[in-house]
Amino acid sequence: MVFPFRRGTRRALLHPTGSSWGDLLFRAGSGAAGFAILALLALLAVVLAINALPSFRAFGFGFLGSTAWNPVRDEFGALPFIYGTLITSAIALLLGVPVSLGIAIFVAELSPGSIRVPLTYVIELLAAVPSVVYGLWGLFVLVPLITTYVSPALQGALGFLPIFQGQIYDRNLFTAGVILAIMIIPTVSAVSRDALLAVPQHQREAALSLGATRWESIRIAVLSYARSGIFGAVMLGFGRAFGETMAVTMVIGNRNAISASWFAPAQTLSSIIANSAREGAAGSLELGAIVELGLVLMLVAFLINVFARFMVWRFLGKREGGLE
Amino acid sequence: MTRKLAAEKVSAWYGPKKAIEDISLDFEEHATTAIIGPSGCGKSTLIRCLNRLHETVPKARVEGKVLLDDKDVYADDPVAVRRRVGMVFQKANPFPTMSVYDNVAAALRLNGVRDRGKLDKIVKRSLEQAALWDEVKDYLGKPGVSLSGGQQQRLCIARALAAEPEVLLMDEPCSALDPIATAKIEDLIFDLKKDYTVVIVTHNMQQAARVADTTAFMYLGHLIEVGGTRELFERPRETLTESYITGRFG
Amino acid sequence: MIRFGRDVRRRLKDRVMAVLALACVALALIPLGSIVYTVVVRGASVVNPEFFTQIQPIPCSPGANLTCTQGGIGNAIVGTFLLLGLSSAIAIPLGLLAGIYLAEYGKGPLVFAVRFFADVMTGLPSIVMGLFIFATFQLAFPGFVFSAIAGALALAVIIIPFVARTSEEALRLVPGSIREAALALGVPKYRVTVRVVLSSAREGIVTGALLAMARVGGETAPLLLTAGGNSFYSVRLDQPIAAMSLVIYNFATTPYANWNALAWGAALLLVVIMLGLSIAARFLLRHRFHEQRIRG
Repeated sequence: MVFPFRRGTRRALLHPTGSSWGDLLFRAGSGAAGFAILALLALLAVVLAINALPSFRAFGFGFLGSTAWNPVRDEFGALPFIYGTLITSAIALLLGVPVSLGIAIFVAELSPGSIRVPLTYVIELLAAVPSVVYGLWGLFVLVPLITTYVSPALQGALGFLPIFQGQIYDRNLFTAGVILAIMIIPTVSAVSRDALLAVPQHQREAALSLGATRWESIRIAVLSYARSGIFGAVMLGFGRAFGETMAVTMVIGNRNAISASWFAPAQTLSSIIANSAREGAAGSLELGAIVELGLVLMLVAFLINVFARFMVWRFLGKREGGLE
Repeated sequence: MTRKLAAEKVSAWYGPKKAIEDISLDFEEHATTAIIGPSGCGKSTLIRCLNRLHETVPKARVEGKVLLDDKDVYADDPVAVRRRVGMVFQKANPFPTMSVYDNVAAALRLNGVRDRGKLDKIVKRSLEQAALWDEVKDYLGKPGVSLSGGQQQRLCIARALAAEPEVLLMDEPCSALDPIATAKIEDLIFDLKKDYTVVIVTHNMQQAARVADTTAFMYLGHLIEVGGTRELFERPRETLTESYITGRFG
Repeated sequence: MIRFGRDVRRRLKDRVMAVLALACVALALIPLGSIVYTVVVRGASVVNPEFFTQIQPIPCSPGANLTCTQGGIGNAIVGTFLLLGLSSAIAIPLGLLAGIYLAEYGKGPLVFAVRFFADVMTGLPSIVMGLFIFATFQLAFPGFVFSAIAGALALAVIIIPFVARTSEEALRLVPGSIREAALALGVPKYRVTVRVVLSSAREGIVTGALLAMARVGGETAPLLLTAGGNSFYSVRLDQPIAAMSLVIYNFATTPYANWNALAWGAALLLVVIMLGLSIAARFLLRHRFHEQRIRG
């Protein structure tokens, strides 16, 4: 390689980090790209806010507490969708987190080293399946399965709970929650696995040397040490479930109402946007309301993600700082 | 004096790499045995074989027998063995999410002790034995990791003692500590041998000379020489031992 | 005696927990297996030349005296690749530049903010990104709300932060000694970055780009609000465009047998492409940083 001998060369030799015009330009260019990311995020919030303005003017904060959704009479409220989103996310976490933790424990603590990597790849394949394919599979495989077997069984066993009462619709909150549970597994299990692997070996040995069984050492030394990392993983899973759209839209039944029963059709923030955004005319109150729902979705997802990233970063950062 | 613990032809591997070979060594009851040798000579591996901790490392393997009260620990349940053979590590490793109290009580709770009075009593006694009680008695609820380095190491000793082991293994317990903290721990080791059988790994020959009744010298995975501490340091039989203690290598 | 009983319980619990953990793995593999199986079995029946070249058929379900035509998703295949290509062309250079900034000039609170919010952005729901482009076009270019360019922009917004972070990681793995060796020869830093560091990190960067494409190739929700879908072949950037993911959504939710069948076919093709991208990325990645991460 021939290095160009230019004016900057001698200086660069003496001060390897000193800048030349080329450096400055390059630095400015890449810096601009970096800050474009921040700008994009800000623009996202501003554009959504502008579009949501008509709705916010019309309904104020009452929008969040209202159950109305009537394009004909121009009445809109977010509550059924917030409710649907929270319930489906809760079901997803309820079912998905224990399974993900089990996977993380198996992969990080119990599996022989030789199957750890292949197993990790296979679980990650769950994340490579597009959301709409989950929806398709949900519609044709999971919905019949749950409607025929799972829901009646739940109603039979736990029918005294309001959430398992009433007519069983084939597309409902519960099925949407189950699909979401499957979809958050790769995220939650991968991040918790990283958290478990970050626990120093001497912690496990401390527990084992006290006469703990392997499970006891996982419980008192590993899980508790990694708990903030695991919590971050759960929050990331929550973020994913919270904003997931297509699979939910396809199996939740799309009904703008609140029902106590998990077997009733419902709607989430993302599914109503997917269903209705195309119908709102530009500048209409309906479109404003839909964009405001999007704004709510974005803000909450943003907060969840900020929080989750913070937890995970802090935990994994602590480990790196502690390595010798 | 009776033999409490003994290694019989113990060899250990990390994957294909042999770390120690054919080691036979007796550990007397109510005495302190020091294992010395240069870094990487396998002394830590040896004591990790004594409480079956070596085998928890992926791909690690052990051969030979370790007799505790003349029964092979490799024929027993590892959990039961580790309850009788406690261990203190090179780097203090209190459980960071637990308080001082909970750290000491950890082993008791694993064994199902729920009675608060009994827990209190044993926690106090263990902390006293570890010469830590006076310093932490007003901070029992604080996280174990908030203590100073030397205090953390004594906390780990207390945690091991609370399990009421018969043997206490110490893997370079002072290597990360300052001289004052080291002196405290050495005093402690001297007291502990009244009730326990102590095995200490150290690369510090002065420390071995101060605390041990018997000293064993290891080199490149082999046991070179073992004898009364004074004898070994003053009249070593092997030239390798002599070279090491006179500081010609290591 | 009591102590003995407790020990047995503890050992039992140890075993039970290990079995439960293994059961969790199985529980995750069952849906994966079921998805792969159904997509392959149901999808394979329509995969023939017609499937790749034709456009959607007249909807029908086989009845008494009806024969349905199968049709195809040729327009959607073209659409998906066009959207992917266009969005990559926008996002990868920009993301890579941002990644270079993070890795090579990465100090100070502002850089921390870029890195942190890039991470946060990758976690934002994709439909929000779609709604963002949708709303932007409603304001600025109301005639082109549903167009290929809007769709590509929506996908680009999703992958920019992702590419930035993966490129950063790849660049960080280049040992400092390589940079220093080049700098010590008196080469300006930007030339070192472009010539030496980028080429050393090439595999990692390509991996990140592939993973980014695998991430958005199956996106549906943002396209619903931007690309809009098209029943015919189109490669015009200002017109609505079809995509495989939209075909799956639109055709799955209808009662027509031949449309459902095409949805499964499209799902098979899409999954094969996405898995292909992921596996290609993994393959490139294998010797790079994944193993390190796994082993911690």
